[in-house]
Amino acid sequence: MSETATAGRRLVELNVNGMSHVGLAEPRTLLSDFLRHDLELTGTHVGCEQGVCGACTVLVDGEPVRSCLTFAVQMEGARIETVEALSADGALHPIQEAFRNTHGLQCGFCTPGFLLTAKALLEENPSPSEAEIREHLSGNVCRCTGYQGIVDAVLEAAANGKDQADEPR
Amino acid sequence: MKPAPFAYYAPETAAEAVSLLQEHAVDGKVIAGGQSLVPMMNMRLARPTALIDVGRVAELAGIAVEGGVAIGAAAKQARVLREDAVAERLPLLVAALRHVGHPANRARGTIGGSIAHADPAAELPAVAIALGAELVAVGPDGTRTIPADEFFLTYYTTALGPDELLVEVRFPDPGGSRAWGFREVARRHGDFAMAGVAVTASCGAGGTVESARVVLFGIADAPQRAAAAEQRMVGASPADPALAAEVAAAATAGVEFASDPYVSAAYREDAVAALVERAVQESAKTMEEA
Repeated sequence: MSETATAGRRLVELNVNGMSHVGLAEPRTLLSDFLRHDLELTGTHVGCEQGVCGACTVLVDGEPVRSCLTFAVQMEGARIETVEALSADGALHPIQEAFRNTHGLQCGFCTPGFLLTAKALLEENPSPSEAEIREHLSGNVCRCTGYQGIVDAVLEAAANGKDQADEPR
Repeated sequence: MKPAPFAYYAPETAAEAVSLLQEHAVDGKVIAGGQSLVPMMNMRLARPTALIDVGRVAELAGIAVEGGVAIGAAAKQARVLREDAVAERLPLLVAALRHVGHPANRARGTIGGSIAHADPAAELPAVAIALGAELVAVGPDGTRTIPADEFFLTYYTTALGPDELLVEVRFPDPGGSRAWGFREVARRHGDFAMAGVAVTASCGAGGTVESARVVLFGIADAPQRAAAAEQRMVGASPADPALAAEVAAAATAGVEFASDPYVSAAYREDAVAALVERAVQESAKTMEEA
């Protein structure tokens, strides 16, 4: 069954961070803009808006996705996770803790994208090598840190994750 | 909100997608992963008035391994990378896929999308040629099969008609004695290739090469086979230590390398020679391991 074609606004229902959200959006509304403007989830940062910088990365069904290269209407039925979900209970997520410990951020603009990209990596591969981390994060640009602190953060988060493997975070 | 307005269609069958495409053949576009199309729309270099999203067409997302490998055009690259059966049959495809963008691009990007988009620097078109793939398209006159060799015409232009939909990529059974190599040079892992090469060779019982393909990409308006390099490989033994350099020397003969503001033709020519040499060496290694 085809959905009704329209260039005008339509109801879009998305599952974001475990909750159903409804908004009005034109088909051309990017997921990044829908998250920020309609759902007021401004943790997702918008950098280049052409898929190069990775700042807007969110998780879609567990996989990292550029929200600036995705239309909100395409995401109906998908499970979306933004940086807001990482510390939903008020405490920093272990990956966020590791970024803080290792100075994996300075201005913080790229950080939401890095955190979610790292989370997807550690879920698929809990003990990545430094080379694997660098390859996995290669699509995210940071202009402050020189990346070393970020790579160290992911290594630390992986090491901590192994210590607490039975904690269901 | 960056793109110009468009009407959005989300068909659930291939037949429905094809009929929508025929209805909007003039200024409609098929969107799959959108990893190339949406940047162009965000910059308004592309302003389609209708988008036909094939992301919900389950029959276009299948992966069938049976002798050869048939991959639905809308199968996601990340998913193909995770299929052990594909890796076993088509290690070249898997090696190349790791260079297709970054993980976030591959999570959305599709096999057929990359092929139909036909960026001259893209890996998958070259791999399709190197593996002798066939591209299955559905249009108003039914289904036709196009050899990858005849599919890529020039920059972002394929043999697909405006009302034809790419539905499947068929890789033939690679057989037992298949050697392969893949090399590219890019500024950063996952960026567009400044030059690249995919090599395949099949060897006979005597251990000599019976047929070979050397496909260059990121060099001009479309991927192309280096005929002289292929001829040099046929009849040779992959273990011959002099072979790689000789194939590399032949690979640039008669090729017109393009210059752009970022990469000069002279650089591309030098890079191709080095990459072909390494890819042929790699193919000899895959032969030993087999």
